[in-house]
Amino acid sequence: MKRLLQRLLGRLPIGWLQLTHNPMRFAAALIGVAFANVLVFVQLGIMTSMGTATLRPYTFFAADVMISAADANALTDGGNVARQWLLQALADPDVVDGMGLFIGNVPWDRGDADISLTTFGVDPARPDLVAPVIASDLSLLEVQDAAIIDRLARGMKRDETAAIRPQSPLSFESQGRTLTAYSTFAGGGGFGGDGYMMVSDQTFLALFPARRSTAPDHILLRLRPGADVAAVVPRLRNLVSDPTLRIRSYADAAQEELTYQQTKRPTGIIFGFGVLIGVLVGLVIIHQVLSTDVADHLREYATFKAMGYGQRFFIGIVLEEALILGILGFLPGFAVGATILTVMGKVTTLPLAVTPSMGITVFAGTVIFSALSGIIATRRLAAADPADLF
Amino acid sequence: METGPIVAIQAVNHWFGQGSARKQALHDITLTLGRGSFTVLMGPSGSGKTTLLTLIGCLRAVQDGTLRLMGQDLHGANDTTLVAMRRKLGFIFQAHNLHESLTAEQNVMMGAQVHPSVTDDHAGHAARHLLGFVGLADRVDYLPANLSGGQKQRVAIARALVGNPALLLADEPTAALDKDSASDMVDLVRRIGASRGMTTLLVTHDNRILDRADRILTLQDGRIVADQARTIR
Repeated sequence: MKRLLQRLLGRLPIGWLQLTHNPMRFAAALIGVAFANVLVFVQLGIMTSMGTATLRPYTFFAADVMISAADANALTDGGNVARQWLLQALADPDVVDGMGLFIGNVPWDRGDADISLTTFGVDPARPDLVAPVIASDLSLLEVQDAAIIDRLARGMKRDETAAIRPQSPLSFESQGRTLTAYSTFAGGGGFGGDGYMMVSDQTFLALFPARRSTAPDHILLRLRPGADVAAVVPRLRNLVSDPTLRIRSYADAAQEELTYQQTKRPTGIIFGFGVLIGVLVGLVIIHQVLSTDVADHLREYATFKAMGYGQRFFIGIVLEEALILGILGFLPGFAVGATILTVMGKVTTLPLAVTPSMGITVFAGTVIFSALSGIIATRRLAAADPADLF
Repeated sequence: METGPIVAIQAVNHWFGQGSARKQALHDITLTLGRGSFTVLMGPSGSGKTTLLTLIGCLRAVQDGTLRLMGQDLHGANDTTLVAMRRKLGFIFQAHNLHESLTAEQNVMMGAQVHPSVTDDHAGHAARHLLGFVGLADRVDYLPANLSGGQKQRVAIARALVGNPALLLADEPTAALDKDSASDMVDLVRRIGASRGMTTLLVTHDNRILDRADRILTLQDGRIVADQARTIR
């Protein structure tokens, strides 16, 4: 390591020699940086997972435009929309198909665990408005009380869901009805439910007697191939009589919900603060280590100043130390953080894992903030006055 | 090759503090140091020895008067000039001030690497050579914590000399040494200085080493009160 640094720096790696001179302090500093990295990884992992979980239900459908109530900040939030807007929207020449989407949470008492499935009521005659993997099974929902359930739902046994086929369906009681799952699709646990379920709009209305077929949660529209969504959306705003409705491209709706979940909802803000606190902890730890190190070596630095070394040399030493701490502290932080996220992901079925982009982001952040801590710590160097040596 | 004095000081005054707390440390100092000379600067504590040494060593700005070092006027010199001039000097401090994390060889290398043109290999070779010269050839890989007081001071001498300075400034270098070590150290500095034509200005209270000097300056209350040339036998 010493030789490598000496080659890279073109001088004695004084920062490395100073850090390793006191192995206990060096180890403690690395543990501190690693701890900050673990904090950031875990919080970032949860935040990313929240993003993935937020966007996941959007992948179940194949819409181009979504019409929602004014207060519908999320797929599962907000009021209903009148079905008549669907009929008005269909008058646009570029809109080729549409359906009302009903959403509700269906509890399922499984004996050992009560789970809640976010349930979508869809028109089984509209396969072009759902994702292809679900569309192939959509006709199964034409049977009353039929369902397609999430085989990755939290609380579901994998061998149990693997056996679900039209020939070997799984029946269960919920909301006073007997539902029968004829097929499955891949979803996964989220923050708002343990998994997902698809039923027909008629089954949905039977499960939720208070809901009316004339008031779905959202309206999904499909445009003709090649239509410009950006041009259709303003036309629809003029066409649909209710100016308070949110008429957005489907992609925009997903992105706006993601932003809403991450910046407006308490969970997103809390996880965001978690990342910030992790960064601050790392910043403080590295700054403290470097400040102490500079203070401990003021006399030596003053001697170097007397010998004719300039400020750039000292900043180089402190930055060298900062980067060594940042890079070497990142490695155990990455390993522990990835392990924690993997274990948490298995327990919660949330999509928790260190992604390559997350690893690169945290590494780059660690290096940048380490350098920043180092630059702050170099302010102490001004106290090293060589005239005081005499 | 320059032949003028290495240090030429004319009517230098220096003050510390401001307002009513302002105190004059040096009064109208005028002196020159010839090339290759070995000068001892004596005087009681607070007489201004250290202030004069730090002015010559480019560690403080000259406030009043003229101080020419190797022909360069230091009055009004900026930091860049002062740093550049310091690279031409060698310093030996009362405390060795070796870097605790660096071996003897690495500490000495630092004295050479201050010159950007010096490569690692060259610095390492020069460091080992000088450590051998000061009798520490078998201690090059030792950390300061594993060296005796005398050995540390010899490493500090090697560090001061490895850059081949034209002027060596030493502040009480024998204060922490026993009689034999002090004598050896001064002899070593004098021998190297003589062989290289290096000028040495050594501040001391130590009467044991006066007989090695070829000039003794005495400061009192910021003034030179005695300037005695000696002939070394």
